[in-house]
Amino acid sequence: MFSRFDSRLGNGLLYLVAGAAAALCLAPFIHSIAVSFSDKSSVAAGYVFFWPVKFTVSAYTLLLNDVQFFKSFLISVQRVLLGGSLSMILTLLMAYPLSKETEVFRSRNLYIWIIVSTMLFNGGLIPWYMTIKTLHLTNTIWGLVIPGAVAAFNVILMINFFRALPKELQDAGGMDGAGPIVLLMKIYVPLSLPSLATIGLFTIVGHWNAFFDGMILMDDPKDYPLQTYIQQLVVSERNFANLTVEELKRLSEVSNKTLNTAKILISMLPILAIYPFLQKYFTKGIVLGSVKE
Amino acid sequence: MRNRSESLIYHLMLLPGMLVLFLFSIIPMAGIVIAFQKFVPAKGVLHSAWVGMDNLAFMFQIPDSRQVFLNTIIIAAMKVVAGLAVPIIFALVLNELRSSWFKRTIQTIVYIPHFISWVILAGIITNLFSLDGIVNQLLSLFGVDPVMFLASNFWFRPILIGTDVWKEFGFGTIVYLAAIAGINPNLYEAAVIDGAGRFKQLMYITLPGVVPTIILLSTLSLGNILNAGFDQIFNLYNPLVYESSDIVDTYVFRVGLVEMQYGLATAVGLLKSIVAFLLIIISYMLARKLSNYRIF
Repeated sequence: MFSRFDSRLGNGLLYLVAGAAAALCLAPFIHSIAVSFSDKSSVAAGYVFFWPVKFTVSAYTLLLNDVQFFKSFLISVQRVLLGGSLSMILTLLMAYPLSKETEVFRSRNLYIWIIVSTMLFNGGLIPWYMTIKTLHLTNTIWGLVIPGAVAAFNVILMINFFRALPKELQDAGGMDGAGPIVLLMKIYVPLSLPSLATIGLFTIVGHWNAFFDGMILMDDPKDYPLQTYIQQLVVSERNFANLTVEELKRLSEVSNKTLNTAKILISMLPILAIYPFLQKYFTKGIVLGSVKE
Repeated sequence: MRNRSESLIYHLMLLPGMLVLFLFSIIPMAGIVIAFQKFVPAKGVLHSAWVGMDNLAFMFQIPDSRQVFLNTIIIAAMKVVAGLAVPIIFALVLNELRSSWFKRTIQTIVYIPHFISWVILAGIITNLFSLDGIVNQLLSLFGVDPVMFLASNFWFRPILIGTDVWKEFGFGTIVYLAAIAGINPNLYEAAVIDGAGRFKQLMYITLPGVVPTIILLSTLSLGNILNAGFDQIFNLYNPLVYESSDIVDTYVFRVGLVEMQYGLATAVGLLKSIVAFLLIIISYMLARKLSNYRIF
């Protein structure tokens, strides 16, 4: 009797803990959605919790008139497309030869050591910035795309994946006179779509979420990618934190908390749109990358 | 003959990627000579005056740098510990849930914050913790006076740790859930026959089953002990809380790219790179020894 009661209580507690954790993960977003649809003065007065107060879409109509927001949005889309495809191509081109045995491709180990060394040591921010400046990549979209195009860790993941494919595939293809590029495109790529999708999706998320390179490489705010644009908003908003209550009250009348929150939410949308795909693949990717027997 | 032409193609395939690595990883490594120069951008690395160890000596003299390294290690260490403990506990909780659709729904939700950038999250967190934000509103229901959380050296670090755990704990459970899924089900059946209840199964089968993963991840996280999280701190901090939250990366950014003391900033970055290099090597060797981990 008692033990059945105990286990029911225990079960209930487990569900409660799990449910509370999930609620805690969503709460800040739900609050932000409520803020973005509420009327300004209710937000400033602190009446808004998890449901819009005096529902209005005025923040979103204001947002529609913000040219720079959409410009930055487009720059981000551009960098995702350019950066994503460039990274995938370079990673594949590197992983294929390096997945060969040393007997087949003698310089393999030298290349691998160079790649690993870039994971172990880096020159730090200042030399990195100076290099990009010297190469005249500042103020161009290429500065956001090329410097990070090769992620050593992804190359290694891909090498490991190619090596796990049966060698007979290669022999069969090679017999018919197919060169490396044909083998890569016709046999290796179709067989490794899941891991390609994992790496591709993570690259896309990385590009969409990057703000720092945009901030230091672009002189003109007109060229900022979306996250850098949002970052500038957040910083200007944050300075309010240091003011007294009276100053703050005066400022919050003119501050655009609802508009800024709307901008923040819209810039999250692309990630949420690809989230179902992300979820499908990242479990595999993470397990592939961290627990390997 | 065929082998040689094939090798040539392989070299050509590697060329573009290696060029990118050479330009943006290898050359900046050589760029650390800036740490030993009075670097002037107009003169470049080749023509700037050498000052030997002056920058490094200066770095050790100023109190800033000591504080900055201390902050980095404290914040990163607390994040590492909390970031290991919470996902383990949560994975064990999830594993005990019987209803699979409930479990899947929870997982779908808790993974989301991992994919949202710190810029966006900082915007949301700033709103939550501001003077007129929801946290202070809720506190005022209990009669607590408003607190300036993000301007307080007492609260800032706990907020950093808390929000970092909040963002990453769900994602961190994936590895543990995979490890739990890999446990042989026969062990549980045998335990049930021997009369072990759910708690005993948890203590004697599930937990020992994930210990190798815990050991592996903790040794690997050693390499991160100097990464206190630039994106998070940079987007949340302000001058009032530099004392408790200025880390190496934020300091290098301010001293180097804002105040343009390139030599000093590079020297600080160099010290970090060297320590990080040693830590990564140590953690990799430990992981190799303790759990047979290999990146190849």
